[in-house]
Amino acid sequence: MDNLFNRKYIIQGLFIVVGLILLGTLFYIQVASDKYFLSAESNVLRKLYTFPARGVILDRNDKVLVQNEPVYDLMVIPNQVKEFDTLSLINIIGIDMKRFKKSFNKATVQSRYQPSIFEKQLSVQVYASLSEQLSRFPGFFVQSRTVRYYPDSAAGHFFGYVKEVSKKDIEQSDGYYRPGDYIGKAGVEKQYNDVLRGEKGIINMLYDAHNVPKGSYAEGKFDTLARSGEKVVSSLDFRIQKLGEQLMKNKVGSIVAIEPATGEILAFVSSPGYDPNLMVGRQQGNNYMDLINQEKNPNRVFTVRPIQGYYSPGSSFKPLDALLGLQEGVIDPNTTFNCPGYYMAGNHKVKCEHVDGNIALRKGLARSCNTYALYVFQRLMQQKKFKNQRVAYDEWQQRVSKFGLGQKLGVDLPAERPGNLYTSDHYNKKYGNRWGYTTVISLGIGQGEMDATPLQMANIMAIIANRGYYVKPHLIKAIGENKVIKKEYARKNYVGVDARHFEPVIDGMQDAVNAPWGTARQSAIDNILMCGKTGTVQNPRGKNHSVFIGFAPRDNPKIAIAVIVENAGYGSTYAAPIASYIAEKYLKDSIAVNKRAGVEWMKKQVILPEPKKPKLKVKPILTDSLKKDSAQKTLSPVKILPAPAHVPITAPATVKTGISTVKPITPTK
Amino acid sequence: MTTQQGNRFFFNVDWITILLYVALCSIGFVNIYASIFNESVANEFSFAAKYGKQLIYIITALILGFSILLLDAKFFSVFSPIVYGLTMLLLVAVLVVGRKVAGNQAWIPLGSFRLQPSELAKFGTALLIARYVSTFNPKFRDVKSIFFAAVIVGIPLFLILLQPDMGSALVFLSFMFPLYREGLSGYFLLIFLGMIVLFIADFLVPAQILIPLILAIGGLFIYQNRRKHKVMISCIIVTVIAVAYLFLVKATYERLLEPHQRTRIEIMLGLKTDPKGAGYNVIQSKIAIGSGQLTGRGFLEGTQTKYGYVPEQSTDFIFSTIGEEWGFVGCFTVITLYLFLLLRIINLAERQRSTFSRVYGYCVASILFFHVFINIGMTIGIIPVIGIPLPFISYGGSSLWSFTVLLFIFLKLDSNRMGFI
Ligand SMILES: [Zn+2]
Repeated sequence: MDNLFNRKYIIQGLFIVVGLILLGTLFYIQVASDKYFLSAESNVLRKLYTFPARGVILDRNDKVLVQNEPVYDLMVIPNQVKEFDTLSLINIIGIDMKRFKKSFNKATVQSRYQPSIFEKQLSVQVYASLSEQLSRFPGFFVQSRTVRYYPDSAAGHFFGYVKEVSKKDIEQSDGYYRPGDYIGKAGVEKQYNDVLRGEKGIINMLYDAHNVPKGSYAEGKFDTLARSGEKVVSSLDFRIQKLGEQLMKNKVGSIVAIEPATGEILAFVSSPGYDPNLMVGRQQGNNYMDLINQEKNPNRVFTVRPIQGYYSPGSSFKPLDALLGLQEGVIDPNTTFNCPGYYMAGNHKVKCEHVDGNIALRKGLARSCNTYALYVFQRLMQQKKFKNQRVAYDEWQQRVSKFGLGQKLGVDLPAERPGNLYTSDHYNKKYGNRWGYTTVISLGIGQGEMDATPLQMANIMAIIANRGYYVKPHLIKAIGENKVIKKEYARKNYVGVDARHFEPVIDGMQDAVNAPWGTARQSAIDNILMCGKTGTVQNPRGKNHSVFIGFAPRDNPKIAIAVIVENAGYGSTYAAPIASYIAEKYLKDSIAVNKRAGVEWMKKQVILPEPKKPKLKVKPILTDSLKKDSAQKTLSPVKILPAPAHVPITAPATVKTGISTVKPITPTK
Repeated sequence: MTTQQGNRFFFNVDWITILLYVALCSIGFVNIYASIFNESVANEFSFAAKYGKQLIYIITALILGFSILLLDAKFFSVFSPIVYGLTMLLLVAVLVVGRKVAGNQAWIPLGSFRLQPSELAKFGTALLIARYVSTFNPKFRDVKSIFFAAVIVGIPLFLILLQPDMGSALVFLSFMFPLYREGLSGYFLLIFLGMIVLFIADFLVPAQILIPLILAIGGLFIYQNRRKHKVMISCIIVTVIAVAYLFLVKATYERLLEPHQRTRIEIMLGLKTDPKGAGYNVIQSKIAIGSGQLTGRGFLEGTQTKYGYVPEQSTDFIFSTIGEEWGFVGCFTVITLYLFLLLRIINLAERQRSTFSRVYGYCVASILFFHVFINIGMTIGIIPVIGIPLPFISYGGSSLWSFTVLLFIFLKLDSNRMGFI
């Protein structure tokens, strides 16, 4: 034993310390962290997907509106690709070398080990010739999935379209979507995407380091089968939907028809429309660019006019005056006002189309008398029970908004717009406390700062048809085998007007269509009592818009309808007959022989705004001069002058003051 | 004495060591089986498969080991210069003959068997070091004895570096431990440690910070020892050498190392991540070991192992199979077995009467220690990938036999400890 013996312990100690360092590191990577365990899983696990068929969409008569057609995507797993005859492959699928390289690089960047789409949606012919020779191209395989086919080529705005998912969609899908998947991007396809898409099937496969499959993971315990999308039944009646689209051909506007009792939308026409099949398949991108091209399609094809178009309700608002007047008790059906051909709001004259003399409710509505409507509005505003007219206005605004104006109705489509109906705050901001009913008098005849969508107008007709309530309009009446529907689409929303007050109003609307002095006689239908009103909305950029709203039959109504034809002049010329053809077709299943020539004539009419003249940038539709004025004013507040101090508040604006009554109110029919 | 002579196999041989040896070989066999196992192929036992071959290697290794026990203990001391000389000749030969074998310069083909002279050089060198110390009893206080020892170790190290086989060359640094035990100053170990620290620092810290830092620390020591001239001078020398070393490392690294060796070092230091490239082995090995968690995925259940994600798994990366299928428990067991073996050999070495046996024992323990530390360290990513096998466990006849010979020579010497050599 020498004194160097102690060095034994230093060396042994070193061995132990190094051993402990190894064990410590091992403890960290094996026990303390599960990072490596998860990496091992992702090493060997590959998820293979099977794609479900998207849900079928039917119309209310169980007619199939959408089918699924198989398409074949050519897939590639880059690291399995071996040398092959590139030329014959690109010849079979019909692409050039440049595109081949681009696609291949893209797939390689995405993943060398996972399949990526090489060429989308091969035609059946290409698929047939390719599948015979596929074994010549190692690393390539064909994956089938389905795409939409819309056999009627109609109702594009209703369906919307299905498109490849964006990065954002993938991020928001909680891991469901992967690049190359498809998702509903507009219309019902978007709104009901969760129902329609079904559930992808997943097969968990184990792969070795050379990417050779080694069987299923955990005996397939975590595998799932693909589940097809749910069947969805639409409320549309495709007979009138197609008729409506034919009638609106070469015109700009909307048709909305609702079944009053249920709120089910029977027709949903937005013109110009587009063939939904254009938004399917390999040409989707090009077709889309064409459709939004201002030169080829100047009238904004993708605007869903029934829920996005803003129009002054105009005369179609007058029944609401009468209803609120009756409910508030400021008039009764026999209350008479005198119409000398105009109405004096303070010292400002609002013209009436006719000199109606003494006129009561029924005839007032049938003749669409401005004077009558404005007297009722004046009485509502001047009620003694309110502190001032601004409070009265708020009460009126509340009651009107119960009819669904100025708010989204909650239809089951994306991107509905609310329209405009302002509270007193808006006017207080604009005029201080220095305003009264004469300032907003044009609202009494549905003009001024009030915008409604065609859907809201049709819904008002449904309310009148129902004598006091509406069900939220909707396009899908049943989902899946169990015919589920959201509760909100079954609930009645009462508008706060007693049912008895509707009859006199409906009398007036019946006369408008059926009496010799009515303004909408063009919409009468043999043996059916149609009730309705025409409207004409002034358009500063061209001819006036033609409007008709109504419902039929008078008792137990089956259809409420709003038709707007832009730039078509008087409501009686275009909108009223179109509405009657739709209603007749719906109620009788065919249109009377003597009207068929009229239907054909209507289909052939071309009523398009003069090209290039409109310089619209943001808002697709501005309909009347008054609104345009107010819009301009809002944009340049400096120029807005409130009524000068010396002018009494009741004396409304003159032309120069720039308030909403700046222009003579257009007489409406 | 005669009884002992007659029964020396059963009484004098250290059966604990043999038990540990057999245990490690068995663990090796089981895990080689697992790393070769392929569930989609019919798995009848086959001697053509790697595990079958390994079984043959183990049996032949045992025969070889016990034959060594039958030899005369004096043989090793007497013939050590010859053995050393022969292995050096083989190392030279491999540089000539080996070049003619495609790609690999470390092997000499002998029929179907491939001889790896660097393995033999380890015990050749160990024998000669032991002989040198036992004959001249140097205390390594003088430059001459240090020089002699350095030459004995340096020749094979240099020849192996020419192959070039960094890993095997590195193992020759393990001879520092026996020399330290025999009197070499502890400063050499510290200098060695310092070289490693500086080496790593050279890559992690930019030179414009590192060199002033070293000069500052050196200056501080020089200033503190300004009155003790001898110490001050050595401080100056150390500082100068340290700076020179840094430049040398950089130059060596940039000029002499192969690109793949550079990437390996960079990956180990965390300067580069390249999962599909050079770091792939280590990452997959870490994933395999880490996924074993506490108790492992079970025999033949490791997906990393089964599906071939870890390259060279039956040879250099066999530890990843143990980690994956047997978990921390398995790793703990293996490392503990090694520690027992190493500590046991040191204890046996210390009970030797002959210096030759003691020094040789230290050599054996140190060589094994280097292999175990470097191999396991590389599979868990704390040491760069240096292709050296895990003793007794990694697949391969050549390495198993040479480790067996290395160990059993010592067992023979130990069984004969009462005699004089
Ligand atoms: Zn009138």
